[in-house]
Amino acid sequence: MSHHLVEVKDLEYAYPDGTKVLRGVSFRLTHGEAVAIVGANGAGKSTLLLQLNGCLFPQAGTVRIGDFPLNKGTLSYVRRTVGMVFQDPDDQLFMPRVYDDVAFGPLNLGLPPEEVEERVMQALATVGAAHLKDRPPYRLSGGEKRAVAIAAVLSMSPSILVMDEPTSYLDPKTRRQLIELLKTFKHTRIIATHDLDLVLDLCSRTIVLKEGQVVADGPTLAILQNQELLDSSNLEKPLCLQGCPVCQGRKASAD
Amino acid sequence: MVTIESSLLNIGYFETLSYQRTPLHRLDPRAKLLTTVVFIIAVVSFGKYEITGLLPLVIYPVALIAVGNLPPGYLVRKILLAAPFAFFIGIFNPLLDRNVLVQLGPVGLSGGWISFASIMIRFTLTVSAALILIASTGLNAVCLALERLGAPTSFVVQLLFLYRYIFVLTDEALRLVRARALRSFQGRGLGFKVFTYLIGQLLLRTLARAQRIHLAMRSRGFDGKIRLVRPLEIHLKDAVFFVGWSTLFILMRWYNIPQLLGHLLTGLAR
Repeated sequence: MSHHLVEVKDLEYAYPDGTKVLRGVSFRLTHGEAVAIVGANGAGKSTLLLQLNGCLFPQAGTVRIGDFPLNKGTLSYVRRTVGMVFQDPDDQLFMPRVYDDVAFGPLNLGLPPEEVEERVMQALATVGAAHLKDRPPYRLSGGEKRAVAIAAVLSMSPSILVMDEPTSYLDPKTRRQLIELLKTFKHTRIIATHDLDLVLDLCSRTIVLKEGQVVADGPTLAILQNQELLDSSNLEKPLCLQGCPVCQGRKASAD
Repeated sequence: MVTIESSLLNIGYFETLSYQRTPLHRLDPRAKLLTTVVFIIAVVSFGKYEITGLLPLVIYPVALIAVGNLPPGYLVRKILLAAPFAFFIGIFNPLLDRNVLVQLGPVGLSGGWISFASIMIRFTLTVSAALILIASTGLNAVCLALERLGAPTSFVVQLLFLYRYIFVLTDEALRLVRARALRSFQGRGLGFKVFTYLIGQLLLRTLARAQRIHLAMRSRGFDGKIRLVRPLEIHLKDAVFFVGWSTLFILMRWYNIPQLLGHLLTGLAR
């Protein structure tokens, strides 16, 4: 297995209506890294993610996953390696029961039934959703849906997890639980998000996209403290890096 | 809006009912599906003016409601919901068919009224049998049974998806309607023109969602075939259920039991 697990080189993509979304994106991720992709709305985050498992194909440039370049021939290998958690769990949970949904990937991989059963139960246990296995997905709460959507991907044992806005629609406590869960994973994680506190908690490295180009790529802490960079990419310092409003107020009045 | 929401909740209630654990719920879905089909065929195959022969068949829905612990009031309301369809199919019969068939004292009952009553009884029997099947099995298990019995997979998958996304779709429609209502004043904005935009918008959103779902499916190795793992086993009780009821339906179809009983009683009286 190659040391560089994900390599994107000079990636370009335009939607059929001519809107250019990605203009030469390049980066390299190594095994086990947790990387955040941040940027303004429309900066190309979601489009970039869809390239990583071949939902979209680059119009110029290359994507390499592990030892293979992404093309039609390697598509099934890539999809097995890269697990994709979509932003809206309702798009991802289409089977009548939670169990069937989590089993969907493993069954398509052609695994024997006992193995499928084992993987499904293990994936559900990992996200703490084993008790939901017989429920229909539309009856779940937002947090439960998210957990099941993640289990549905884990059951294929991917080595790379790609997530689009994993904390959207979640209440603060469920969000916290999800962050703690994601911390325990050993996968290479690529997370596109606006939740910069999550980025700070989870990702050692951050890539900032702006108008389809990488404008910064480096250690999270350095990037999230670069006020100029954050301002120019429609971002804001995470709350926990901002001064405490209560203490600051006191200090100001004392001065 | 309240009505759309509550009727949706009502569909969900069928799902809740199907989670019960009664002897009826534990039967194999295939046995229940086939029995329901035999029942419906038996009911619709009766002659146009049949009423008395149909009555004994009521025992099937009644027995199942009792064993399956299903709420009769709720089922009756669902049947009434569909009743107008049957009503308008049958309501012209009394006008068209005025031959007096039965003379009850001074009142002559025309063939039209009798066939109308027959249609309504058949409608009640068949619809209640279908509703009981769903309430005691769950639509997903019914789909699974259809697949195992050799129904085309694409048809079964369509049915599954329809059922899965009907909630999501109505939710989306509800949000559109609500957004319109909140910005419409004095009836302005509620016209037909805006409604067409609304429908168009809903179609586009549906297409976009379908595309996202398809991507999600492909990301997990979908190749055009839905694979379900669910152990389905035919036990003796399933066979007994199917054969027992079917035999009874066939007997009831060939022999008019109320008439036989009547003959028996009048014979005894003589």
